[in-house]
Amino acid sequence: MVDLKNTDVALIMGSNAAENHPVSFRWLDRARQDRGAKIIHVDPRFTRTSAKADVYAPLRSGTDIAFLGGMIKYILENKLYHEAYVANYTNATFLIKEGFSFNDGIFSGYDPDKRAYDVSSWDYETDAEGSPVKDMTMTHPRSVLQLLKKHYSRYDIDTVCSITGTPKNKYMQVLETFCSTGAQDKTGTILYAMGITQHTVGSQNIRAFAIVQLLLGNMGRPGGGINALRGENNVQGATDMALLYHIIPGYITSPSNAPEHKDLTAFLTKETTKGYRSNTPKWVTSLLKAWWGDAATKNNDFGYHYLPKRDSKKNYSHIAMFEAMHKGEIDGLFVMGTNPVVGGPNANKEQEALCNLKWMVQADLWLNETADFWTYQAWERAVHNDKVDRKTPADIGTEVFFLPACAVFEKEGTAAQTGRWVQFRWKGAEPVGDSKADLWIVDQIATRVRKLYQGSTKPQDEPIVNLNWDYGHGHEPDIMKVALELNGYYLADNKPVPSFAKLMDDGTTACGCWVYCGCMGLTPTGELDYKPMHRDNKDNSKHGLGLFSNWAWSWPVNRRIVYNRCSVQPDGITPWPGDEKRALIQWDATAVGDPATGKLGKWVGDDVPDFNVTLAPEEPGGKNPFIMRPEGVGCIFAAKTSMKDGPFPEHYEPWESPTTNKINSQQNNPCVKVWEPDKQGNSKDFPYVATTYRVVEHWQTGALTRNLPWLSELMPDMFVEISEELAKEKNIKNGRKVIVSTSRGDISAVACVTKRLKPMNINGEIVHMVGAIWQFGFKGFATGDIANRLTPHIGCANSMCPEYKAFLCDIRRA
Amino acid sequence: MAYMTNLYDSSKCTACRGCMIACKDWNQLPAVMEPFKGNYSTHEDTNGDTFTIIKFMEEEDPVDGVRWNFLKYNCFHCFDPACMQVCPRQAYSKTEWGATIHDPDKCIGCQYCTYACPFHIPKYRKREDKIAKCTLCADRVSEGLTPACARTCPANALKFGDRAELLAEAEERVKFLRANGFPRATIYGKLELGGLNKLYILTDTPDKFGLPIDPHIPKQIPFWQDWVQPWLGWLIPLAIAGSATSFVTTRILANKHAGHEEHGAHVEGGHE
Repeated sequence: MVDLKNTDVALIMGSNAAENHPVSFRWLDRARQDRGAKIIHVDPRFTRTSAKADVYAPLRSGTDIAFLGGMIKYILENKLYHEAYVANYTNATFLIKEGFSFNDGIFSGYDPDKRAYDVSSWDYETDAEGSPVKDMTMTHPRSVLQLLKKHYSRYDIDTVCSITGTPKNKYMQVLETFCSTGAQDKTGTILYAMGITQHTVGSQNIRAFAIVQLLLGNMGRPGGGINALRGENNVQGATDMALLYHIIPGYITSPSNAPEHKDLTAFLTKETTKGYRSNTPKWVTSLLKAWWGDAATKNNDFGYHYLPKRDSKKNYSHIAMFEAMHKGEIDGLFVMGTNPVVGGPNANKEQEALCNLKWMVQADLWLNETADFWTYQAWERAVHNDKVDRKTPADIGTEVFFLPACAVFEKEGTAAQTGRWVQFRWKGAEPVGDSKADLWIVDQIATRVRKLYQGSTKPQDEPIVNLNWDYGHGHEPDIMKVALELNGYYLADNKPVPSFAKLMDDGTTACGCWVYCGCMGLTPTGELDYKPMHRDNKDNSKHGLGLFSNWAWSWPVNRRIVYNRCSVQPDGITPWPGDEKRALIQWDATAVGDPATGKLGKWVGDDVPDFNVTLAPEEPGGKNPFIMRPEGVGCIFAAKTSMKDGPFPEHYEPWESPTTNKINSQQNNPCVKVWEPDKQGNSKDFPYVATTYRVVEHWQTGALTRNLPWLSELMPDMFVEISEELAKEKNIKNGRKVIVSTSRGDISAVACVTKRLKPMNINGEIVHMVGAIWQFGFKGFATGDIANRLTPHIGCANSMCPEYKAFLCDIRRA
Repeated sequence: MAYMTNLYDSSKCTACRGCMIACKDWNQLPAVMEPFKGNYSTHEDTNGDTFTIIKFMEEEDPVDGVRWNFLKYNCFHCFDPACMQVCPRQAYSKTEWGATIHDPDKCIGCQYCTYACPFHIPKYRKREDKIAKCTLCADRVSEGLTPACARTCPANALKFGDRAELLAEAEERVKFLRANGFPRATIYGKLELGGLNKLYILTDTPDKFGLPIDPHIPKQIPFWQDWVQPWLGWLIPLAIAGSATSFVTTRILANKHAGHEEHGAHVEGGHE
């Protein structure tokens, strides 16, 4: 966050930073005042962020790739890219194999029956030794840069603006302002949030950002980067801990029933790639040792077969899970810290799905909408709709248990923010009543379940019987034991492992999450020193870059800016011309690199080098800053299995769109899984583009804030925003009730008629937009209809992130 | 003692309304739910339970396009406050550092201050029959703390400190804003009404923020202050005594009247 103050231009796209991340604006404003930085906001709605931006450009929701594709073309055509950076630090110079092609929205290898690609042609041309062939002049027709140029040649400004609806002068202003950061002495940052990810092309939207930032040389440098502004303060922590089905802690692929995952050796062979990921065996073995302790030995594959294996052909994400639940395939559900009846897409359907469970456990501060999904109140609807099920408590057999959870200030623990700073929070107050911390709840469940299995000799019970679960025997679990396990310890003496480079694959170390290794040290007196508790607010950087390296701890190994090898030129010694103050690290040929051998040469600097500290710039790989990639460089072309739906982002219309795709003849993302084909609304019945969002006054599903009187007072009612033009057309008055409908459901809301929304000119036709807050529900002081009763059950082709942000609706006076 | 004040920078305010919550929290003011009326402001004006609000104002300019201006609206703590001039019970006073504070124990709820104030800030609280308004957190400041609103502002839009220093800072900031896209940026509170103990950096002319360009105190107020209060102040207790007598006598009469009614068909409601 602090690094935002180092930027020259900030592009806020698909995020309402001022409202949902107020602190980010403190630093953006610092950049504006100290560096004369400019702030650009690109968003379908004029929000509180737009009000504070220097440039605001509207776009139709779901057209980000068209917008960014035009930017890529503009950068390439006007040679605005950072040439030395692109040539050395990206794969722009790599040649792609013959056989790769792109034709009218489809890349080579598409199978329309499977709606999937065979990605074998999306690969580099290699020499006899298997290394990619490069053309440093980037002029070869099969070089990535030339393919990129060809791919985006169709995205000319007029075409882009007719897709996005952005006024041409505004679009030009954005292009000129942001692309100025391609200069060697400038950096630009991108801030995004759910406005980018919640689309059927969500992952490719981010890829488009990556291409822009690599071309402009903005990655790995202060004031640069692509910053995900998280929807919650600890989303980063949740993903680190693998709260997603496809990974295990530390971003390692989760094991499946596929033959290549049949045992530990096969799994490690498959998942260990070149680059820093060559250490995967050490991370996986240490993880298994952390979970099964003495029972994990070399002879039993360190307990690899204890891990549950997912069906490699099955999807287990939110939408898929609720689809399965709706079919009655799931018996029980634990709901902690989430409220799907308000927050889930197609909330009517998700509410119905809960009725098919045998039991549900909800832990929350209040009885929220999900906990009370079975009540009469939960099935009241503003509009009668035959297609929507109405139930009464008598129709519902689900047994619901409610566990009162305590609030964040009533428990201790860490939260990892978007800059990967892991910050410890001390308990500020005692929990109210019988409410408990999540850690206590989970610890009790695990302990009591294990008791039920005690003494069992059945092989299928081994994962539970042998589980290494000991977080103390006090009333509260010992959080420092959890922290030590995450950091990793030597099994011989229980001392913390100092860094992940020291983790072993022979069973002598245990580590719960390798990226957290190093967060625990020892004080000179031998006490545990938990670094997320550090609170030194002195900036340790020479030029005031705001690294604050002794405030909390960031993974990996307290590195504040990842890929910081990019902040110096390939020679490792010279900073980028005119940008001396933002060079984070440097190669010092005279420093002793390895004390054991006395070998000279070492990377030094204000930040922890994101590089092999003794690897000289002239040695092989010494110029490869992106150490987590097998290529060692940033990927303008996403080779092989990186992406499911194409090595370059291509514009496809949202699943529900008011227009036809102008850039190719594929209307929707060809790899997207369609769950409910009958629920796709058309623009005849539902002519308006709808989008959902939050306001600063409420948090997430409002379960917390709508139960607080002061916040409820500030945003008391569910409302939808429409333009004055649409209001006139539909005879809607500001502050009066309206009904919004989609093919999934209907809601009632108060109309907020505003100048801030304008009709757009799309392909020569006027398109109106309706914006709805998704934070209301039927519980708490401030109540209102649930906007997600409108949203579709469809997700991104890669991540399955639901398309909450672009769908079709109709609106009328209530 | 030098004057201490809040400097509010409208160019930095993101309208998160954290100040409104901090104010309610410190002053322990209740939430009063009102329906959403089509504007983010929710509260059109301050009231007896809401001392500070953020106003949201949309405007459209053929060149600049849409602008959305935010303004933190609350007591301006005027150097020479009209409320203090008109108050018949001397409930208002100025602290030595410039806050205008109101003593509810002296207040009789006459609401003259509300009408005299050029910004209509003092508000009547019916349940107590008293006036209530922002105190610039005088109780916090006297203990060396900053006002609750300034303490909480995440965007650094609100600062508390020495008025002269903040004024110098505001002048610098306005110069910066004028050169960076806000040619009409200005300071509010430096000269208005002879000086306000609240400083505002506005990105546009005051009228765009719903503020009077030339606020003034109604003409009859000096008359009240200079003549009525010193010489005729004794009329007030007399008037109160008069109304009290009238109240009691009216009640007696009304009760008699009600007594008659009870014999009739109407049971509920004591009087016509």
